[in-house]
Amino acid sequence: MIFFEKIGNFLIRAFNDVSKYIAFTYQCLFYMFAPPYRFGQVADHTERIGIQSIVIVALSTFTTGMILSLQLINIMRLFGAESFAGAGVAISMSRELAPVITAIVLIAKNGSSMTAEIGSMKVTEQIDAMETMAVSPVRYLVIPRIFASLMVFPALTALANVVGIYGGYFVANTSAMINSTSYMHTMYFWVDPEDIWTGLVKAFFFGFIVTTICCYHGLKTKGGAKGVGEATTTAVVISTVAILIADYIMTYIFINFFGL
Amino acid sequence: MENIIVKVRDLHKSFRDIKVLEGVNIDIEEGKVTTIIGKSGTGKSVLLKNIIGIMKPEKGEIFFKDIDITKLSDHKLLEIRKNIGYLFQDAALFDFMNVEENITFPLVEQLGIKDGKLLKERVGKLLELVELPGIEKKFPSELSGGMRKRVGLARAIAVEPKIVLFDEPTTGLDPILAESINTLIMKVNKELGMTCVVISHDIASTFRRADKVALLYDGTIQFFGEPAKAVISDHPVLKQFISNSFRPLGKE
Repeated sequence: MIFFEKIGNFLIRAFNDVSKYIAFTYQCLFYMFAPPYRFGQVADHTERIGIQSIVIVALSTFTTGMILSLQLINIMRLFGAESFAGAGVAISMSRELAPVITAIVLIAKNGSSMTAEIGSMKVTEQIDAMETMAVSPVRYLVIPRIFASLMVFPALTALANVVGIYGGYFVANTSAMINSTSYMHTMYFWVDPEDIWTGLVKAFFFGFIVTTICCYHGLKTKGGAKGVGEATTTAVVISTVAILIADYIMTYIFINFFGL
Repeated sequence: MENIIVKVRDLHKSFRDIKVLEGVNIDIEEGKVTTIIGKSGTGKSVLLKNIIGIMKPEKGEIFFKDIDITKLSDHKLLEIRKNIGYLFQDAALFDFMNVEENITFPLVEQLGIKDGKLLKERVGKLLELVELPGIEKKFPSELSGGMRKRVGLARAIAVEPKIVLFDEPTTGLDPILAESINTLIMKVNKELGMTCVVISHDIASTFRRADKVALLYDGTIQFFGEPAKAVISDHPVLKQFISNSFRPLGKE
């Protein structure tokens, strides 16, 4: 009986949380289309989320491209089609891996800090102070971060595509000794523009999802330092799962509704 | 009847199953200093947070002038808040901004002042008022507790609100600093003409300076009146508060 009660309570809490998150995203969407815009803050956050994440995103996707290339060459060699690894790496990177890995890296590096920063402001009454001064914390703290993420996620995904594909090319050339011309030729032949832009569209939505989830958890932080820690962990876990679910849904829509 | 700026009627607020406010009624007179006293955890801060609208009551009405703020949308509530300053217990300064940016924040956001020279002048005057000139570029982490409270006060009165709410402004300060904060509150009231609502455990100072005293106990206001009447009141909790505060050390 206690088991079912716990499940029931969990479901009620989850339903309440999802409802509140949806209301929060509506509020964000409303403020996104309501000037004034804080360009200075957007630039600051773009620098923090974007420029300062270039190295870690490049490093993560370069190694991912290398691993993917190694695996694909190993499998395709069984069929004598190892030169097709170039196409395999490029399509996998641009459609799935670049946007997802970039998002996961940015969740770990920036999403967590968004929750922790806003959460510590919440527990030290700085958010309340902002409200008492007739300033909406969503408008002041969340919207500039959303705009920055909407630019940074696709931009870093584009970078991840290039670096990841080069990582694959590097392995194919150096350790697998695949002819670079045939590797590049199959890549150019099989990779279409929609492979690239569907990945960038995903990254754009991931930017919105990650930022809203992380800021939402920051704003609803309770308690002291422990509360900030818990909110940060929850935000990182939920946003990671959310982008994987969103990735599946968007992939399904691109394939089944747009034939991409 | 005196000019009432804030009127609270039958205010109820609870957290989960704990009832904190159970029908609070109080009238705050314009231009006066009203001090709310009561044991820790009786809901004094909750009452102030309801008055400024950052907490919503379950039941009851709060009138600012004649507008019931409990019925207002968030957007309209932001407009009302421009008339109310709030000094938090720990000052709640934005730790990512320096003192100057903290004080200019409400000036820029609420009044839309963009002129850098004017903002600097205003910040300078406010810092002089709170007796902290020349600390514009310091960050909150570099300030002592008393300095933070004074900067918080400068920020709270920056837009010249009609009423300022002080949440335990002297708690945690030594008697000299506490006295300087109390003097500043009187300055805000007498020189700037702002209505002040102060939560305080500093009973001696409260009875010297407040125009009205309110005792919050068991979720309701159990005494409301002039300090002189409070001294002769029969209310047991009020008597206990007063006798403990004025009893010489070592006497039981």
